[in-house]
Amino acid sequence: MSTAEFEKSIEGLEVELSDSRAGLPIEMDARDISVWFGKRKVLEGVSIPFPKKTVTALIGPSGCGKSTFIRTLNRLHELIPGAALAGEVLYEGKDIYSPDVDPTHIRLKIGMVFQKPNPFPSMTIRGNVLSGLKLSGMKRPNHDDIVEETLRAAGLWNEVKDRLNAAAGELSGGQQQRLVIARALAVQPHVLLMDEPCSALDPASTLKIEETIRELSKEITIIIVTHNMQQAVRVSDYTAFFLAAENEPGYVVEQGPTTDIFGNPRDQRTLDYVNGRFG
Amino acid sequence: MAGTEVMRDLQSAATSHRGDRIFNRTITALAFTALAVLAGITVFLGAQAVPVFQTLGISYLTTTAWDLTTTPPQAGIFGMLYGSVLLSVIGLVIAIPAALLLAIFMVFLAPPALAKVLTNVVDLMAAIPSVIIGLWAFYILNPVAEEWEILLNQYLGFIPIFQNNSGNFLGTPFIAGFVLAIMMIPIITAVSREVLARTPPELINASESLGGSLWTMLRYVALPYGRGGIVGGIMLGLGRALGETIAIFFVLKIVFDTNWYQIIESGGGSVASLIVSKFGEASAGLEIQLLLAAGFFLFVLTLIVNVIANLIVSRTGRLQR
Repeated sequence: MSTAEFEKSIEGLEVELSDSRAGLPIEMDARDISVWFGKRKVLEGVSIPFPKKTVTALIGPSGCGKSTFIRTLNRLHELIPGAALAGEVLYEGKDIYSPDVDPTHIRLKIGMVFQKPNPFPSMTIRGNVLSGLKLSGMKRPNHDDIVEETLRAAGLWNEVKDRLNAAAGELSGGQQQRLVIARALAVQPHVLLMDEPCSALDPASTLKIEETIRELSKEITIIIVTHNMQQAVRVSDYTAFFLAAENEPGYVVEQGPTTDIFGNPRDQRTLDYVNGRFG
Repeated sequence: MAGTEVMRDLQSAATSHRGDRIFNRTITALAFTALAVLAGITVFLGAQAVPVFQTLGISYLTTTAWDLTTTPPQAGIFGMLYGSVLLSVIGLVIAIPAALLLAIFMVFLAPPALAKVLTNVVDLMAAIPSVIIGLWAFYILNPVAEEWEILLNQYLGFIPIFQNNSGNFLGTPFIAGFVLAIMMIPIITAVSREVLARTPPELINASESLGGSLWTMLRYVALPYGRGGIVGGIMLGLGRALGETIAIFFVLKIVFDTNWYQIIESGGGSVASLIVSKFGEASAGLEIQLLLAAGFFLFVLTLIVNVIANLIVSRTGRLQR
């Protein structure tokens, strides 16, 4: 798809979208995504646009396909044996699944932070921050600057600046999660996917990560899966509510500005979920 | 109440169960039995080494000779000790890359069914008795390896280690080292496979999400993560190589002359094979003592190699910056 065609396809989106995302520049656009593991369909027809430099929260009960969906956005999904997909994810004017797209390029532009903090135990704090450059073979000068800049952005610099050569495993869980954010930032992604980044953390660390998310969204686009309703309200601009009946594929019930989803949902199921009546 | 508190004994309370006590003591006793056996062997062999030293002095370790007909008798095992190390090094140079590649293939690349078959085959290989490997090497490997050596000599003969002056390419350290490699590969592969398969999936995920390829993931994540275990596997293999006797006996021409580096020149040394080649016809008295003393120093050599290996592990254990 050419850039002109992409612009045009985004124009089309304005018609479909009745909320405030209409007319915003779109960083990434998931269209009609369905996902299978083997013969089992786990996600059906999910379309969500992600406007540039905003935070979109994906909420919903466990097992409704949120984590699966987020992994389709940087092509990690395909690494699971038996994984299949329909639909397309538009990024930089192109479907990221088209044959001429290098998955490594996509994974560098679209970074990811996982549920469990996963720094590399055989590396120092500094080594972890720079590990993406080694792993991907990306060349960036001034490593000291990268380390300071990304650790500051992740809100960890002041706590570790005197022990950059200590083992990453010495850090607390919350610090490790911020280290992992810094590591993801060091390869200069445009989008950061976060799969329940705070579910393993204490409340104080959670607040720090949330501050970090708000700060980062001034520069990059963030997509976050969360089970924590308050967190979605605190950090996100837009929210998509996923739901799945038992043994049925998950789908998006409702999406839009976070204030609408939580304050004035159109669907009864959304109202029940955000008020904690199920899930 | 200050000053009146009584400290309660929590430790004995924790092991007050009678069955636990008996179990704990049995385990402790068994653990010490292993140590006692080790100490017994050391003392027995060491005691045999003492008279040898009284007769021959340090020259037993620094010279290479075996002539007991002269007075005083000439005996020195330096060439044998050195040979044991040289053969092990040749074995390791061949076995480590082969075993690691095989383990990597089994864990990260092979379809699960194939990986399972390979795992069983490798485990079976480890169970082949060394006398069988020795016979196989003598009849099957020898003529093939001879061809390889002639080619090595032809094209790389300008490198000193590939020199051959005698024209005899059999009974060489290279063939013996190759046989050792065949015996080490299953051990190193089995351990490395276990270790690599335990790379936490979240670390592999992290590597993938940072644009890592299989190669960079192995280099920066999986191999450093499993380094301790892999080195442990190499040490197990090396233990087998240093003590290997009968397979070497079939393929190595033992000469009482130190072969320093000409690995495709006929003739070399090996302490264990020296013992087995001389023990059958050894006359009681000094010759038996000499052979037992050789065993003692092989034992010491193994210890030294283990210590060096541990040093290497702790030195390379530094974190990646």
